[in-house]
Amino acid sequence: MSTQTTIDEAEVARFSALAEEWWDPRGKMAVLHKFNPVRLGYIRDAACKRFGRNPKQLDSLKGLRILDIGCGGGILCEPLARLGATLLGADPAERNIAAAKQHAEQSGLSVDYRVTSAEALADAGERFDIVLAMEVVEHVADVKLFVKRCAEMVQPGGLMIAATINRTLKSFALAIVGAEYVLRWLPRGTHQWDKFVTPDELEIAMELSGLRTTDERGVIYNLMADRWELSSDMDVNYMVLGEKA
Amino acid sequence: MSTEKADVVIAGGGFAGLALALALRQGLGNSFRIVVADPAFAADARPDLRASAIAAAARRMFETLGAWDAVADQAQPILDMVVTDSKLEHAVRPVFLTFAGEVEPGQPFAHMIENAPLNAALARQARAQGIDLRATAVSGFENDTSRISVSLRDGGVMSASLLVAADGAKSRVREQAGIATHGWNYGQSAIVTTVAHERAHNGRAEEHFLPGGPFAILPLKSNASLGNRSSLVWTETDAEAARIVALPDDRFHGELERRFGLHLGEIAPSGPRRAYPLGLFIARSFVAERIALAGDAAHVIHPIAGQGLNMGLRDVAALAEVIVDAARLGLDVGSSQVLERYQRWRRFDTALMGAATDGLNRLFSNESDVLRLMRDVGLGLVDRMPALKSFFIREAAGMTGEVPKLLRGEAL
Repeated sequence: MSTQTTIDEAEVARFSALAEEWWDPRGKMAVLHKFNPVRLGYIRDAACKRFGRNPKQLDSLKGLRILDIGCGGGILCEPLARLGATLLGADPAERNIAAAKQHAEQSGLSVDYRVTSAEALADAGERFDIVLAMEVVEHVADVKLFVKRCAEMVQPGGLMIAATINRTLKSFALAIVGAEYVLRWLPRGTHQWDKFVTPDELEIAMELSGLRTTDERGVIYNLMADRWELSSDMDVNYMVLGEKA
Repeated sequence: MSTEKADVVIAGGGFAGLALALALRQGLGNSFRIVVADPAFAADARPDLRASAIAAAARRMFETLGAWDAVADQAQPILDMVVTDSKLEHAVRPVFLTFAGEVEPGQPFAHMIENAPLNAALARQARAQGIDLRATAVSGFENDTSRISVSLRDGGVMSASLLVAADGAKSRVREQAGIATHGWNYGQSAIVTTVAHERAHNGRAEEHFLPGGPFAILPLKSNASLGNRSSLVWTETDAEAARIVALPDDRFHGELERRFGLHLGEIAPSGPRRAYPLGLFIARSFVAERIALAGDAAHVIHPIAGQGLNMGLRDVAALAEVIVDAARLGLDVGSSQVLERYQRWRRFDTALMGAATDGLNRLFSNESDVLRLMRDVGLGLVDRMPALKSFFIREAAGMTGEVPKLLRGEAL
């Protein structure tokens, strides 16, 4: 047996451990799994409304081409692919993409995962019915530029959906002190408060990029039900919907 | 044999299993593959002799699933209900509680129906909907990360996202999943049989708290060939129940008459009689890796309030809603996140109902005169307070708490 094979096996083992970490609903990514249904529901309903689909149908997103920027281990990509969409999952971290690929194969789903960036995809002239920037805006260096490049990739008639965290005192208390220090939902240092983006800033960036923002929605954690819900309160987590004419 | 694919495999084709299959088919369509495995689907299976009280909410669910119309004319509405508390030798049983049996105008709080025709109607509807019913049992299963591999006794192997254990109180799936139960036997058994009687019952259900335990006369639909009939649930200690069931017909008749009384005229036991040991147990968990328990597999409670089947259907309605919501979001329906929502929804409610029925039974299966006085005052008070009474009726009809859509009569 060649040395090459051994190295591959070690790599596979490492990525499968990482995939397990991403996909364990009780593990490190628990908060993301809890958050997933509410953002999936928002994306599905917005897409069904825009493209005239029935959200009760199991293949409600059939044939729609969707880009998920910052896809991580594929927690958002897989469900959307299961609903019939054609997914491109992009993440700059090679290990995330390897883990995501491995998990999609286990799930029997086809997702086009690539180690790449929004800029590179935009440069290549890629076009999508829906571009998703979920929980990534607060991590990018230049929000305006990032949104502009994302918007470029939206087909006429298509959608861009962004989810992020507002820059308020409440978000400092909840998303940083609460989530990272008290509840330990997230590793410390996951977020820097000064990089958080207000709805106005995000919406202006979208409008300047040729998108019409047609909906904004807060997402809050319901302690009693232990689940995230849509809300009019946008002080911490929120989502914005942009449409291209 | 090669492995077949399914989304959900349901072990057990009783009320719970079939209602779940129908709800999932209705909510998710033909592309969502459902297999129900139960040896009782074989033509030669032994029929179920029992009858059940279908609460208003459960009836709405059967209606929504399209299985009620076929049996509606075999279902007897319970139009009112009397509860008495008496010693056997009392000539007149004081009535402490009466319920006029409507949750809303024109909506009886429950219907009595024999299990066999209802189950057959559910199975027919499932077949008509193209659901894959197999006359075999689930013999085992094995988890891998993204699927559960379910072996059938006929040699088939299914690879599924989720295995639902709806295989009854002695659930093999629950046992094999290593889910323990807590609970106890009451040392009481219920003698179940059908009684023909001379006079019409007029839709009245009777519950007599006799020293041996509750003695319930539940009205069945009468017809030209069968005449007036009621289903009987007669509680005694295990030993006494075994003795009574084994009595020759004439002596059984004598024992029956002492308790039944003659208010419905001449009576005659009809059909076989059987004693079912009573217990209360609740599974320590309603879910395991890619497994969900529903119905009797998850809990068995004392039949004193007639809530066993209705609780099972609550499980089904909640589980169906959880699965349908998840599938429409593209989520893996067998993932622990999805199953946790079901568990959180049902387990507390079940424990509460278990405790309530257990308390009722302990309160009423006791000869102490002090207790008798207390409960009679209690029942009398309930009888005089319309708000409390209407709460009990709504509770018995399954319409309190966070009610799943199907039980509100809404499609998923």
